Amino acid sequence: MTGLTFELLCMQLLTGIALGSIYALLALGLCLIFGMLNVVNFAHGAFFMVGAFLGVYFLGVTGNFWFSLVLTPLLTGCLGLVTERFLVRPLYGRGLDYPLLLTFGLSYVLIELMRITFGIEGLPSITPDGLKGTVNVGIGYFPKYRLFLIAATALIVLGIWFLIQKTRYGLIIKAGAVDQEIVKVLGVDIAKVWLLVFGLGCAIAGLSGILASPTRSVNPEMGVPILAESFVVTVVGGMGSPVGAVVAGLLVGIVYSMTSLFYPDLAELSIFVLMAVVLLIRPQGLFGKAGAMG
Amino acid sequence: MKQKLTNQTRRKMLIGGAAVASTPLWLNVANAKSETIKIGFPVPLTGPFSAEAQDQVKAAELAIKEFNDAGGFNGRKAELLVRDDKLNPGEAATRTLELIEKDKVNYVVGSLSAATQLSINAVCKERKILFNSISQSDAINEVKDWSIYTFHEALNPTMTAGALARYSIPRFGKKIVFLTADYAYGHEMVRAFERVGKEMGATTLADIRHPLGASDYSAFMPRIKALNPDILVLCNFGRDLLNAAKQCTDFGLKSSMKIVTPVLLYTARLAGGPEAFEGIIGGTSYYWGLEDRIPAAKTFNDAFRKMYNGSVPSDYGALGYAGVKSVLASVKIAKSTETMKVVSAMENLKYDWYKGPEYYRKCDHQAVQTVIIVESKSKNMKDKYDVFNILTIEPTTEIHMRTCAELGHKA
Amino acid sequence: MNSFFQLITQHRVLASTLFLAVFPFIMPYEALAVNILIFGLFAMGFNLLFGYMGLLSFGHAAFLGIGSYLTGISIVHYELGWGTAIIVGVIGAAVGGLIMGFLAIRTRGIYFSMVTLALGQIVYYIFYKAESLTGGENGLRGVRVDSFNIFGIPVDFLNPLIKYYIILFFVVIAMWLISRILNSPLGAVMEAIRENEKRAAACGFDVAKTKLLVFILSAAICGLAGSLRALHLSIVPIDSLNYLQSGQAVMMSILGGMGTFFGPFVGAAVMLYLEDVVTTFTKYWMAVIGLIFMFFVLFFPKGIWGTILSKLQIHQDSK
Repeated sequence: MTGLTFELLCMQLLTGIALGSIYALLALGLCLIFGMLNVVNFAHGAFFMVGAFLGVYFLGVTGNFWFSLVLTPLLTGCLGLVTERFLVRPLYGRGLDYPLLLTFGLSYVLIELMRITFGIEGLPSITPDGLKGTVNVGIGYFPKYRLFLIAATALIVLGIWFLIQKTRYGLIIKAGAVDQEIVKVLGVDIAKVWLLVFGLGCAIAGLSGILASPTRSVNPEMGVPILAESFVVTVVGGMGSPVGAVVAGLLVGIVYSMTSLFYPDLAELSIFVLMAVVLLIRPQGLFGKAGAMG
Repeated sequence: MKQKLTNQTRRKMLIGGAAVASTPLWLNVANAKSETIKIGFPVPLTGPFSAEAQDQVKAAELAIKEFNDAGGFNGRKAELLVRDDKLNPGEAATRTLELIEKDKVNYVVGSLSAATQLSINAVCKERKILFNSISQSDAINEVKDWSIYTFHEALNPTMTAGALARYSIPRFGKKIVFLTADYAYGHEMVRAFERVGKEMGATTLADIRHPLGASDYSAFMPRIKALNPDILVLCNFGRDLLNAAKQCTDFGLKSSMKIVTPVLLYTARLAGGPEAFEGIIGGTSYYWGLEDRIPAAKTFNDAFRKMYNGSVPSDYGALGYAGVKSVLASVKIAKSTETMKVVSAMENLKYDWYKGPEYYRKCDHQAVQTVIIVESKSKNMKDKYDVFNILTIEPTTEIHMRTCAELGHKA
Repeated sequence: MNSFFQLITQHRVLASTLFLAVFPFIMPYEALAVNILIFGLFAMGFNLLFGYMGLLSFGHAAFLGIGSYLTGISIVHYELGWGTAIIVGVIGAAVGGLIMGFLAIRTRGIYFSMVTLALGQIVYYIFYKAESLTGGENGLRGVRVDSFNIFGIPVDFLNPLIKYYIILFFVVIAMWLISRILNSPLGAVMEAIRENEKRAAACGFDVAKTKLLVFILSAAICGLAGSLRALHLSIVPIDSLNYLQSGQAVMMSILGGMGTFFGPFVGAAVMLYLEDVVTTFTKYWMAVIGLIFMFFVLFFPKGIWGTILSKLQIHQDSK
């Protein structure tokens, strides 16, 4: 391949990390919901999409990116709360499939809702003013916004880690993921915990949506491919493991990016092959608990 | 840009829907023949190209209205039966079957993607129904898919990419990189551009293929930058084009290379905004700004403005207009609605509906027409629709098209 | 009422066949009825694995696609007769089922769904890239069924009603086969595994082998649905293989009633008919379908047919 230089490889790697940041965030949200509630949220991509729309809308209306960045996940989080309370909760105990199926139907409705509210073509997304343009990172010029993306994701992941590892709420979440019965016996209102965790997961999805919006077109269908990609990440990382979600997210982003360099038309296929390979060699994922599945 | 179906269409769809819901098959069989001339119009009303499709419907309705207002044919009026093919070839085939078997349409006009038009064509030609396709494809002209009932109103990649190459290579340089959507249509654009490029001494540094519908192109940017071409050709369409243009802008590619694209979609430009598309040059079948220099364009635009509250037609919308108008005009000339007679009349039709003189080439029924090269602008915009500067118009000629022999047709 | 219930459960294939024989006359147009037949069969094949064995696969569209493409390719590129082409399609899908099943059976629960999703996507890409054979994004065109004779009488496949009955013929054969399987010892083992896999294994049944066998059968039936679809549409569209198509099978089974014999057909009919009607009234059909689906998941998990059957059963039992 002509022009394959060290600089090119590094740039490609950096691009992969930026892409992987979005995946990592999304997978983290999915993983929280699955780990705690044993629910596979098939509407996760739709929440991502809603976050992107709301983010662009508020940015357009207020002109303030930071304000939108805070408001959007709050709104998608609330949407998640409503979903859990009225749609998912009635289905607990009926088996793994029902909440999954319900969220599948929900994604259809959310997509249409956005079409009705914002129109079918989608909204033009704008990179916030302070983050436009490229910056010299030593090996070449890299878009400022994507550096911001990497940094923002790292901060958010750290924040969530702190929440789970260092606070009481986090302790309850972890305990609930291990054994719900005991937690109930200990006097914790487990229903409330489920509610908040689902909301948190959806908030994270919405947040990744608005963070991703300057890098791609914002349209009602944008959540569909990203859902499949998030599943790949979650499975590769391990379905209940937050660490796995983040590591696998970055890994998948990098695999996609590097494959694009050498075999661009196989880029999308490569991540599914990765998923299949991991599932066959180590079904619980890189960081999942052995024996959890298979 | 709000797209609303006209009251007429909505009423028709409501009536159609009520009929579907309430009459079982055996009743429908009794209602078979009716007075109106029915044109089936399957387009993707839902999905990523719904904006373009709805514009096509609006423009087609204008053509129908003009035909009816002028008295129709022997007192018979025309009627447009719009169906949603959801940009899905399987659905398009089902809808076409419905239009032919249940609604007993006389002709079919429509489609907005290479895949759907080919599937509609496959269904129509087997049942000997005339189909006038209004979306781009090279494949439909080839002998494998073509039939005597197949007409192609829209441009094909050979024409648009070729015109683009002829314009840009002399002005911007000979080192070319392609960023191509990995499907037949994308490859067709590359092939057409290279075909002209070769004659002009251009070299292809790389043809980088990306998965169709990819939303993230960042993975390709570093390599494109490293290759340092004179021209970057974005061989993709619609949303893909939007995403690619945006991300090329983000990565600062415009400072070192000229970005061009064979089909600079009007609605994509509106959705993407001035910044992403600034400076990008592309081909198109129509831009409303032609009205300053082409009288037919002004007439068409004014009629459209009148019917739709001052909005202007898009490139694909105009194709909806022309596609229907050609069929109806041929019915009048043939003095019959019988398919083969209309086919004959259409083969000999010479028309100028909205952008200058056109006619259908005999061997493959390709509409020979002008190709317009435009540049997207972000400054000096008179209003939100004033998005392009017209750079040049390639005249109506067969020279740049692939020859009949090349396509497999016997002379 | 009781005897009706007994009648249709004991002679379910016959009852289904009779109903389907008059079905085209209550549908607004035949092409819709044919689509319902085809997708009903697809859902039935899927239901074998999902409803009766409890394995939720998100990759079954692969078999629909393999059946369609192999049949199409046989006719377009190799000029085989349509009968042979159907056989090729079914066998191809069965082989696909063998490979995919072998890889997927090793996992369980949500991982099974994920593996099948991934494998399904891989099949999708393979067919997509094999452009010279499959036409790639443009799909495979030109799947023609030339007029043929049955006992000397010429048959025009383009006639919508005739096409319906020819396809119905194959669907009935498949239904009969499914019914036989369900009534056999294999069927009993299937349900045992669904209820409690560990206990079934403890009873000495080879769970893995059973799963694989049912996977292959399910794939073959979905493959047949695919073959018929290619003949019906004269084209094979690439998104036959997409995971959203697999999702449709799931929806139809749930809507109709998973774990019932005729449920998938009811689900397919309701969903396709609704989609057809709703599309003419509003372009927001996705929201309507989504809402209806959620409604069923929440309040009628047995599905339409499942709920009807259980009501009839209660009525029967109370006598």
